[in-house]
Amino acid sequence: MLNKILNLPRPWIYLLVALAVAIPLILGWELPVRVTPPVKNLFEEVESTPDSQAVLLSCDYDPSLVPELYPMTVAILRHCLSAKKHILIMSLYPQGVGLAQMALEDVKKEFPNAQEGIDYTFLGFTPGYSMVILGLGEDIHEVFPRDYYGNPIDSLPMMRKIHNFNDINVVITLCGSGIYSTWVVYANTKYRQKVGVGATAVIAPAIYPYLQTGQLVGLLGGLKGASEYEYLVYKKGYSTGRRRACERMGAQTTTHLLIIGMIILCNVLYSIQRRRRRTQ
Amino acid sequence: MRRRVPLTICLVCGIVMVIQFFVPHPISQTLYNEARRWFIIIASFTLILGLESLTRLHVNRVRRRQSGWGYSIITLVSLVFTAVTGVIWGIGEGSLFMRIYRYIYAPLQATMFSMLAFYMASAAYRSFRARTPEAVLLLVSALFMMFGRVPIGDLVFAHTSEVIEWILQYPSMAVQRGILLGVGLGIIATSLKIILGVERNWLGGT
Repeated sequence: MLNKILNLPRPWIYLLVALAVAIPLILGWELPVRVTPPVKNLFEEVESTPDSQAVLLSCDYDPSLVPELYPMTVAILRHCLSAKKHILIMSLYPQGVGLAQMALEDVKKEFPNAQEGIDYTFLGFTPGYSMVILGLGEDIHEVFPRDYYGNPIDSLPMMRKIHNFNDINVVITLCGSGIYSTWVVYANTKYRQKVGVGATAVIAPAIYPYLQTGQLVGLLGGLKGASEYEYLVYKKGYSTGRRRACERMGAQTTTHLLIIGMIILCNVLYSIQRRRRRTQ
Repeated sequence: MRRRVPLTICLVCGIVMVIQFFVPHPISQTLYNEARRWFIIIASFTLILGLESLTRLHVNRVRRRQSGWGYSIITLVSLVFTAVTGVIWGIGEGSLFMRIYRYIYAPLQATMFSMLAFYMASAAYRSFRARTPEAVLLLVSALFMMFGRVPIGDLVFAHTSEVIEWILQYPSMAVQRGILLGVGLGIIATSLKIILGVERNWLGGT
């Protein structure tokens, strides 16, 4: 019996995980959100953006990270468009451009009056990672001569007063790789640009040293970070739209609890098995 | 000659750009801006290189009827079809290109990554066992982190978030910082080796 449970067939484990994810999503189980300081700091940094400056959102991720990072993209866009903060959207990854556009399309349904070139500018993608960041510090118009839709950047009213990092209050990079460190090294260290990060839960612990040194102003870590930002946007009255990260926290909670339970169970059974072997 | 020319270009560019960083003269600034523009242009060509490499790989696989050549046909057809729709009907809102991206590409990639959760749960159940004191330490901290990264942690124990933040800001960060310093020193050493021509793997071949 002991061996049977310890060697539980994989399909049973997969079934348990599937149920742990699906049931809370179907039941719409939402849990209270407690905002952590790194999320609050980033929210307040966006909030404090003056009219003369903009927020730069860089969607540096691909569709494999959609469940964690897409809700962050939507929440930040909602925040900026609702609070009338100018926002520039771009990506250092070619796959990230499509996600940024998807998020824009979704959020624009909620804010139909938001206008390209006046409230936001979609810059798109230019290859070259570090050189693109360095270029933004010198002249955004040179790195992105046209926006994603092909309009000359100089023709956009919003871009007439935005030229380089001096006109950007905070850069937010959403990523699931080490690309955030490129922003830290080239945007923060060279140009003293304030940088915030939205990252997957896996890489979030590696980002804390940059938070402590002040090289980053804030951090959204995984789905939990996204739900905290969503909650702040909702609490401030900026959006009453669907809060996908908060909805998914129920599924994440049950899955974590299931895995914790399974690890404890397997270790208890393992120690019983060892004791029995010793006594035999 | 085939090796000496790129090595010389690398040496000259490397040394010039290092010196340029410390010289605020307008000529130095012009050089920096020009190098930056060149880099972006060269980076654009790497996309063409990638496209050519991908096409050649899959065309050869189909031609030689290697195992899984059917998937190569799907890759090539998808590549051409997506590119053509983007060029003909554009990539703006509601375009066919964006629909392919939103309803086919994005869900496929997200699904592939989501399957990790199933494998991880299975692997955790089978191999995450407290065999040694170090394994016990790892197990306890992992369980506590998993518990603290979901809202129920705060409902059970009011200060869970604070404890998790403390773990991330002190013990975890101390280790991360050590790793980062090591990586930083490694990057400097490797860069110097490349500039001075000691490290030549980037040239390809043996």
